[in-house]
Amino acid sequence: MTTLAKRGRTKGSGGLKIGRPSFLWSLPAFVYFAIFALLPLGVVVWLSFTSWDAIGSPHWVGTSNWTAMFKNPELLQSFKITGILTILGIATQTPISMLLGVWASGYQKNRAILSALYFIPLLMSAIAISVVWASLLSPYFGLPHELHWLFGSALFNHGFLFSSSPAAIGVLTFVGMWQWTPFHTLIYQGGARAIPEVLYQAASIDGAGRIRQFWSITVPQLRNTMITSMVLMLAGGLTTFDTILVLTQGGPGTATTSTSYYMYLEGFKSFQFGPASVLSVMLIVVTTIVSLIAVRASGWDKMRSTQEGL
Amino acid sequence: MTKQRPNYVAGAFTSFWLVLVIAPVYVLIKASFQTQEDYTLSGPLSIPKSLTTSNYSTVVSSGFLHYFVATGIVTVAVVGIVLLLVPPVAFAIVRNQSRTVTFVFRAFLLGLAVPIQAVIVPIFFIMIKVNLYDTLIAVILPTAAFSLPLSTIIMTGSMRDITPDLYEAMSLDGANSWRVFWNMVLPLSRGGLATIIVFSALNAWNGFLFPLILTQSKSDSVFTLGLFNFQTANGIDAPAICAAVVLSIIPILLVYLFARRALIQGLMGVGGK
Repeated sequence: MTTLAKRGRTKGSGGLKIGRPSFLWSLPAFVYFAIFALLPLGVVVWLSFTSWDAIGSPHWVGTSNWTAMFKNPELLQSFKITGILTILGIATQTPISMLLGVWASGYQKNRAILSALYFIPLLMSAIAISVVWASLLSPYFGLPHELHWLFGSALFNHGFLFSSSPAAIGVLTFVGMWQWTPFHTLIYQGGARAIPEVLYQAASIDGAGRIRQFWSITVPQLRNTMITSMVLMLAGGLTTFDTILVLTQGGPGTATTSTSYYMYLEGFKSFQFGPASVLSVMLIVVTTIVSLIAVRASGWDKMRSTQEGL
Repeated sequence: MTKQRPNYVAGAFTSFWLVLVIAPVYVLIKASFQTQEDYTLSGPLSIPKSLTTSNYSTVVSSGFLHYFVATGIVTVAVVGIVLLLVPPVAFAIVRNQSRTVTFVFRAFLLGLAVPIQAVIVPIFFIMIKVNLYDTLIAVILPTAAFSLPLSTIIMTGSMRDITPDLYEAMSLDGANSWRVFWNMVLPLSRGGLATIIVFSALNAWNGFLFPLILTQSKSDSVFTLGLFNFQTANGIDAPAICAAVVLSIIPILLVYLFARRALIQGLMGVGGK
């Protein structure tokens, strides 16, 4: 078949061109995506140089939004919070989802049943998850009251999880872990199933134990999966919003005011869309850099060559 | 891999995680059938003394079912737009090597990481300027747009599984691109289609940020927004909140039961090899 295809192509590839779609097939989706996802990126850059309060029209103010924002100590604070939440997210979710994913990649019946249960948080909206945990962690009527022996300690701020900044950050990290681990577990499960079984058989013959096999075969083989998953965690962590809105409202004080929540407050609470646009542009720049790294590192951009030309 | 002796460490770890996942779900369902008094006195984990459906009537009488309609409209419209746009672009990406199409594919890859948060301000601005603010259309249009990148990637993956021989056989028969698309590509990528339907429906049903900033009247409120407002208004009535959450999950649960394979297979492939 390969030789036939090659011969066809060298002969001017006339026959093979029949039935191939022209680039016009890709246009509707691209135009639609450009209008609602790419055009706004341009609009927000323009808005960042204007003053607008949602009523009337924006008027040009030059770079004043930008200079004011760079002098604002809350910006640096929000960067710090965003960084902390992102790093804690990656640090907690990666080991757990890797272990669960590798475990779930086995084809045993009990693993399949448990995996289906682990999947539940993925079906719930971020709002539903946050609302449930807000009730569960309420200091007077929730778990901190019922499980006082556990939450009464200073580690959990004596049950008042939302009134100390480390505890509030801990809550957001924990709820993020509860919310996102199933998704990353699935990614690792897919990755682990792609590892050739022969590698383990060879290692067993050589007498390598379970732990040795995990570190010498599983972890190195999951390298690409790990990069993909971590980049997705990074992009997700940089834009944590729903959980903050419901659980902490950025508090106590500004202790959990991430950059995207800060943007929301500036724009949709204070109606200062100029500064909010500056923050949006910053978010876009950071996440674009992250996505470029993602495309490079995961090899997604090379994916198109895997089947063509076989 | 672990066919030898039972792995006790893994057993302990996975059981612990199971408790962590199941406990809140147990509280959620149980509390939704409990009186507020019983819940606050005995605590979230305790076994209820009596069961009641009054929380559900509270939620329903607060106009909660209305959100079903709005969310349903948004979900159906988003799935419709995705189904209309994604298969053709995926077909072009798989079967057309031109630079234009490569550029489109790269734009989608890059778009995968454009967070919704980054565009809410300009989209809010645009929707006000075109007089769509506070309509469901304002929610539908960008929600569908942000479902396109991942749907396209899932769909291309699924269409790549069609062997080149089949394409060649079709082109030897002289079939044009429309016929190849209708008679071969679409029927053979049913798995991918199922995945993008489930995925974009889930996305639309659970979407929150666009409804939050683009709608304001109750008649245009979707479920997530209703849930958020309900929680803000009845923060201490945990059983009623739980009932509201349960109601919002039931449709997704039904979809999950019927389309579990499609969803899981699609997401598992995201990590690549």
